[in-house]
Amino acid sequence: MKRLLFIAPVIAFVALVGVFGYGLTQDPKKLPSALIDRPLPAFDLPGITPGGGFASASLKGEPMLLNVFASWCAACPQEHPMLTRISGEGVPVYGLAWKDKPQDTRDWIERFGNPYRRIAADEAGRTAIDLGVTGVPETFILDKKGRVRFKQIGPISPEDWDGTLKPLIARLRAEA
Amino acid sequence: MRHVVLTALLLLASPLLAVQPDEMLSDPGLEARARAISRDLRCVVCQNQSIDDSDAPLAKDLRIVVREQLKLGHSDAETMDYVVSRYGHFVLLKPPVEPATWALWLGPFAVIAFGGLALAFWSRRRTAAEVQPLSDIEAAELAALSDR
Repeated sequence: MKRLLFIAPVIAFVALVGVFGYGLTQDPKKLPSALIDRPLPAFDLPGITPGGGFASASLKGEPMLLNVFASWCAACPQEHPMLTRISGEGVPVYGLAWKDKPQDTRDWIERFGNPYRRIAADEAGRTAIDLGVTGVPETFILDKKGRVRFKQIGPISPEDWDGTLKPLIARLRAEA
Repeated sequence: MRHVVLTALLLLASPLLAVQPDEMLSDPGLEARARAISRDLRCVVCQNQSIDDSDAPLAKDLRIVVREQLKLGHSDAETMDYVVSRYGHFVLLKPPVEPATWALWLGPFAVIAFGGLALAFWSRRRTAAEVQPLSDIEAAELAALSDR
C-alpha cells in the first residue's frame, strides 16, 4: 500500500508526459471543419474567364474536389501536379481562387497549367469565410449530393491521395 | 529630471492596435461591442491571438464580418454563432462548458481536490505514527533511567 502511494505520482507523471508527447505529434493548424456532413454554404461566384464561374448548387451529381488556392500561395505549386493527376484520373476538380486578383490567377494558371473544370474568383474572401477556410491550399471533398464529407488542410501529397482521398472518393461513388 | 520625462513619455505610449481606423464603426456603442466580441474570437491563422490582436488578413476580414453582423442589428450571441458555425468551437477563446470540455474546465479542480485529499491522508498517517505508545521494553528502559 505504502509502496503504491509512493509510485502513484511517478505513474501520473509518466502518463502526463505521454499525453503531452502525443499532443506534440498533432498539428494544431489542422482544425476540424464545421461543415462536415453539411451542404456547402450558398455562393455564386464569377469565373476568372468570361462565363467561367460556378454556384455552390451546381457542385453535385458525383464526388468531386473543391480546391481553394491562390496565386500568392507558396504551397500551391507543390500541390499542383497532384491536382493535375487527380483530374486526369477522372475526378472533377473545381477551383476557388481566394483573395486573388483575377489577372494574377489567370497568369498562374497559364504558367502551371489548368487542372480545374472551372475556377471561381473569391476576390473579397467572403465565400472562403463561409467555408471556414483558414489558409491555402485547402480542399473539400463533396459527395454526390453536394455535401462536404472531408476537408484536407494543406497540399494534397501523393500519400494523402492514395491513402485517404482516393479510397474516400471510391466509397462516395458507391453511395446511393 | 530626465528619468521623470522618460517615464512620462513611456506612460503616454499606447499599445499598437491591430484594428485599423477604417474598420471601426462610427457608433461608439456598436464599436465597443465589436471590440469585446473580437477579443473572445481566436484568429485561426495565428492561433494564440484574438482577432482583435492579430494583424493577419483573415483576422481583419473576420473583424469586418463581426461589425457587419452587428450593423445588421444582430445580438452579440448571434454574431458569435455566425463565426462559430463557420469555424467551429475552436475559435472561442472561452470554450463553452459541455461534455467535450468538462476535462478542460473541471480538470484543474479535480487535480487540486485529489492533491488535497492525498495531503490530508498523508499528514494524518504521519501524526498517527508519531504518537505511538512506548513499547514495554522502552517503558522499562525509561523507568530504569528515571529511577537513577
